[in-house]
Amino acid sequence: MFPRSLSRQLRPAFIITALALTLPSNQAIAQEPIRIGEFASLTGKEATYGQTAHKGTILAIEEANAAGGVLGRPLELLTEDDQSKAGESATVVKKLISRDKVVAMLGEITSGRTLEAAPICQNAKIPLISPGATAPEVTTKGNYVFRVCFIDPFQGTVMAKFAADTLKLKRVAVLSSVSSAQSVGLAKFFRERFTADGGTLVLEQKYGDGDKDFRAQLTAIRAAGVDGIFVPGYYAEAALIAKQARDLGLTVPLLGVDGWESSELVSIGGAAVEGAYLSTHYSPENKSPAVVAFNERYRRRWGTDSNALSALGYDSALVLLDAIRRAGTTDGPALRVALAATKDFPGATGSITFDAQRNPTKSAVVLTVKDGRFVFVQDVHP
Amino acid sequence: MTEFLQQLLNGLSLGAIYALIALGYTMVYGVLRFINFAHSDVFMVGSFIGYYVGHHVPENTVWGGLVVLFVAMAGCALLGMIIERLAYRPLRGAATLNVLITAIGVSLLLEYSGQVFFGATPRTFPSVFPSTNFTLGTLVISSNQVVVIAVATLLMVVLELIVFRTKIGTAMRAVSLNPKAAQLVGVNIDVVISFTFGLGSALAAAGGVLYALNYPSIDPLMGVMPGLKAFVAAVLGGIGNIPGAALGGLLLGTVETFVNGSQWSTYKDAIAFAILIIILLFRPAGLLGKASVEKV
Repeated sequence: MFPRSLSRQLRPAFIITALALTLPSNQAIAQEPIRIGEFASLTGKEATYGQTAHKGTILAIEEANAAGGVLGRPLELLTEDDQSKAGESATVVKKLISRDKVVAMLGEITSGRTLEAAPICQNAKIPLISPGATAPEVTTKGNYVFRVCFIDPFQGTVMAKFAADTLKLKRVAVLSSVSSAQSVGLAKFFRERFTADGGTLVLEQKYGDGDKDFRAQLTAIRAAGVDGIFVPGYYAEAALIAKQARDLGLTVPLLGVDGWESSELVSIGGAAVEGAYLSTHYSPENKSPAVVAFNERYRRRWGTDSNALSALGYDSALVLLDAIRRAGTTDGPALRVALAATKDFPGATGSITFDAQRNPTKSAVVLTVKDGRFVFVQDVHP
Repeated sequence: MTEFLQQLLNGLSLGAIYALIALGYTMVYGVLRFINFAHSDVFMVGSFIGYYVGHHVPENTVWGGLVVLFVAMAGCALLGMIIERLAYRPLRGAATLNVLITAIGVSLLLEYSGQVFFGATPRTFPSVFPSTNFTLGTLVISSNQVVVIAVATLLMVVLELIVFRTKIGTAMRAVSLNPKAAQLVGVNIDVVISFTFGLGSALAAAGGVLYALNYPSIDPLMGVMPGLKAFVAAVLGGIGNIPGAALGGLLLGTVETFVNGSQWSTYKDAIAFAILIIILLFRPAGLLGKASVEKV
């Protein structure tokens, strides 16, 4: 999380200062800012995610600016809201690239909207770093697309392993969204691992984006007789699913994913989400020094504890700034090469090293809901 | 068997809400011959009024719930009349297409000013009615489902009485039949149309509160899908026909629920709408609609 070595961070500053001394008119302060684009769901269905990730990103940019900027230039974050809507991110990303001339792009927390932006950034040779797009195909869209979160095969596997080994579940139903790339992928990887571990996937039911009634699917699940339900989706649906499941008398454990981690899950779901398990990227309760330090600074800036998305938003910006420093330029192709060479970068969510597919290798944590709060259960390594 | 009954109950409670919204579409169409697309957003405003009022009445009481329901209905009746006065009345006599486009404009205005005033994040609707679950064997009946079905039935009966047993109802039917002739015999069209909008919007508000009671997560775009489904229900039952709207709503809700509970849940909307197309192929005027011959 901190710059790897002070001298490395200061080296560009020294060069700039040296230049500034030889050319008195060209002051470092008056430098053109480095413009970084960000698209996020600041409003709409996934607003709480977009906003927390955005807060993490702002914190990273503010800290870098307070430390004198990067390459002696201040940083400017240009943020566009995609309203959590399909189609909107393509529009705002095009605007950020063509009109605002950003040098790199940060976003999005969902796979679907990152997939929309990926080909646009790839064609414009603008590096894209997603804080939270976990669907595997995101980074296959081109070599300019990176992410700082783990990918779905890993997350689906973690939950399947947790269900089979820790909770000792035998018969599980899956309720996934047909319209979310992430949900479909997670269901698939959960099924593969869970059945390989000897469990039975009794039933797979689907719902659509924006659905509010899940009683029909849950009634079918109840009739099938299961001892757990895996719901790879977002909190808005998950909270209603939990409520309606409890209404129908289904008391089996509910298993979720990173999309569940939001205070709204508890405020909508109430008692129904108590005891549910979910896998995610990060827990502020983790006692590792990097997490404690980040959480402290985050709390000082925003007044609340950090969560997985704020930490990922923070890391996405830090990884980019580190690459700009190493590249010594904001030129797209050079920046891409520097990003791809990121190795053992200490982020808030763990150490980040990009593999050949530009995905980081990281660990996951399992949380449970207890008394309306997310409580750390265990961390799972790849 | 229990599963079948449970699904039937789920379907009926969902269908009852579609029916309530569909009634508003059908009434306005019956009187003015145009589709009020802003109706689904009045539904949304209704649930937001319920949300704000719900925080000022004691939770989980019957009278608190009724207060929420009535305030939301009154508020939306007023909103419906204002919309009619400001957006539709100046266009009376203009081509139907113009009014239709205005309706879409009003709909978007409500949705996006809703995002400004209420915020786009989903809100948690307070539990205003006391809720318990009754169990009959393995059949679980939630009191909210009972409330939805009961309130919807009651409102439909009241509506039927208003339209067929009162003076204003007679006037509504007269305007629907022939606005010019109605005016000639002394019916004040403005009052009748205003009343129709008020009544339809009040039903939408009731639908909004009941919907939010069952699915307690509300946002400014929540009206879009139920509104579309209710519109389809109105067409399915025969647009302009009140019992038809109720029947269409219940049918659509039930079909959707059964498809959702089956292995084909991926295709639930596709199947529900395919059934609609098939019904309309055989009965172009809808289930209870009378086919009318267009005179040229």
